[in-house]
Amino acid sequence: MIIQDLMTIGSQQQIAKNIFEMKLTGKLVGEISSPGQFVHIRVSDSFEPLLRRPISIANINKEKNEMTIIYRTEGHGTQLLSQKREGDIVNVLGPLGNGFPVEETSAGQTAVLIGGGIGVPPLYELSKQLTAKGVNCIHILGFQSDDVVFYEEEFAALGDTHIATVDGSNGTAGFVTNIMSELTDEFETFYSCGPMPMLSAVQKAYVHKKGFLSFEQRMGCGIGACFACVCHTNENATDKAYVKVCSDGPVFPAGVVQI
Amino acid sequence: MNRLAITLPGLQLKNPIMPASGCFGFGKEYGNLYDLSQLGAIMIKATTLETRYGNPTPRVAETSSGMLNAIGLQNPGLQGVLQNELPWLEKFDVPIIANVAGSETEDYVEVAKEISKAPNVHALELNISCPNVKCGGITFGTDPAVAKELTAAVKAVSSVPVYVKLSPNVADIKSMAIAVEAGGADGITMINTLIGMRLDEKTGKPVIANKTGGLSGPAVKPVAIRMVYEVSQVVNIPIIGMGGVTCVQDVIDFMSAGASAVAVGTANFVDPFVCPTIIEQLPGKLDELKIDHISELIGRSHRV
Repeated sequence: MIIQDLMTIGSQQQIAKNIFEMKLTGKLVGEISSPGQFVHIRVSDSFEPLLRRPISIANINKEKNEMTIIYRTEGHGTQLLSQKREGDIVNVLGPLGNGFPVEETSAGQTAVLIGGGIGVPPLYELSKQLTAKGVNCIHILGFQSDDVVFYEEEFAALGDTHIATVDGSNGTAGFVTNIMSELTDEFETFYSCGPMPMLSAVQKAYVHKKGFLSFEQRMGCGIGACFACVCHTNENATDKAYVKVCSDGPVFPAGVVQI
Repeated sequence: MNRLAITLPGLQLKNPIMPASGCFGFGKEYGNLYDLSQLGAIMIKATTLETRYGNPTPRVAETSSGMLNAIGLQNPGLQGVLQNELPWLEKFDVPIIANVAGSETEDYVEVAKEISKAPNVHALELNISCPNVKCGGITFGTDPAVAKELTAAVKAVSSVPVYVKLSPNVADIKSMAIAVEAGGADGITMINTLIGMRLDEKTGKPVIANKTGGLSGPAVKPVAIRMVYEVSQVVNIPIIGMGGVTCVQDVIDFMSAGASAVAVGTANFVDPFVCPTIIEQLPGKLDELKIDHISELIGRSHRV
């Protein structure tokens, strides 16, 4: 169920250049049903900025009612969020959307998780849940440069982890696709989250595989009412002519959304 | 006595608060969050004769204390609304105001005729003020003679009272209001969004794919208050006021300006529970103002 919760900040720290990790505690955590869901955060009590900020959930600890979000400071809203401190209260709406289907990969099978930039965070909770059920996870993470790489060790603790940076300052020089072409294609499923050109390349490269993509779109309400974040669908992929990223997604089976 | 009850043409409102069209979909998303029967009414998303996909994305952009949108009247079309959306809302004890849009007079007439027969539609809101569609919409909303003619044509076929939604993007809003009243409108809803634009900081190009969008949110409230203040003094039909309402004080302001009821738009995106919250706070606010019934507020800004 979607609730509006006043969550308490347990910690906030910068983990890479312009990348922040925030831990939040509240009953909303109990409502989270799958990795890849997101929350909609009010960064200010005033109307400046007016709208909430959609941010994906990177880690869940249901026993402690705690979740971790990882975000990049890009504009005024995320700047304000990054200035909040331990003990501050944040108005959070969520959990929103439909996450990655963990059940689509069975114990003993292999899943490839491909993330780009600020699309990497939701893959962490996904990998935790997949590995917990006995899935072998391979991580392919792409970043602009070494100074914005985060969670490299955390992912490595869960499975094989390959890093690509556009400038070659960490791992393979280039894009995630450069790593994908070098790796085995002996895997059952792929899960991906990142910028649209990356999702498009991943879908194309793995066209014969079962996969799930998480999309990003400019959002208004976050609950499916405002029709800001619609995407066209591919003919025959679904009975709908369009989907709303916030409430129908953000995760869709590969091939459903026109990219 | 229900201190919040307001009676308007076609509408017995248990309170004067309703979500504005385009900011509440067809109610389903909010119906998952709270009991919609708490609302005074619901203004559903615009219905056109045919299914509309709307404009390309990006469709929204944030601005100072507001937002721009250019959704483009995306909706499942008349048959979709009649078959799927309106029946779902029947389980709630709340009157529906159906927003009717079109490109030509014939579209408006056809949609109005059919949708006004739905059992839970108690009034129509004629959308002659959408700034985000290429033809129709706002072209009907900027010329008084055209607006009057369209109002009369819709009035002639509607089974329920007709409210006309006015655009603020006109030189003289009073002449528009007088014209639709002469055309037979039972009420006025105002204001729709103000046409605006935001440029991308890096590229210098418009952020919204449609280039222009409608400005809403707290930023537009002073414009809306001024217009309700002016229009309520030149027409004899009731006004449902809207534009930047986020809290109980905004409701008091709109009613004081001359509105008989108030719609909440963009604020639903910020706080999905804003309508029930305002309704809950209204009685306390009336106590504070030493007012028995909310109707006493209507037009007090210009009452002698």
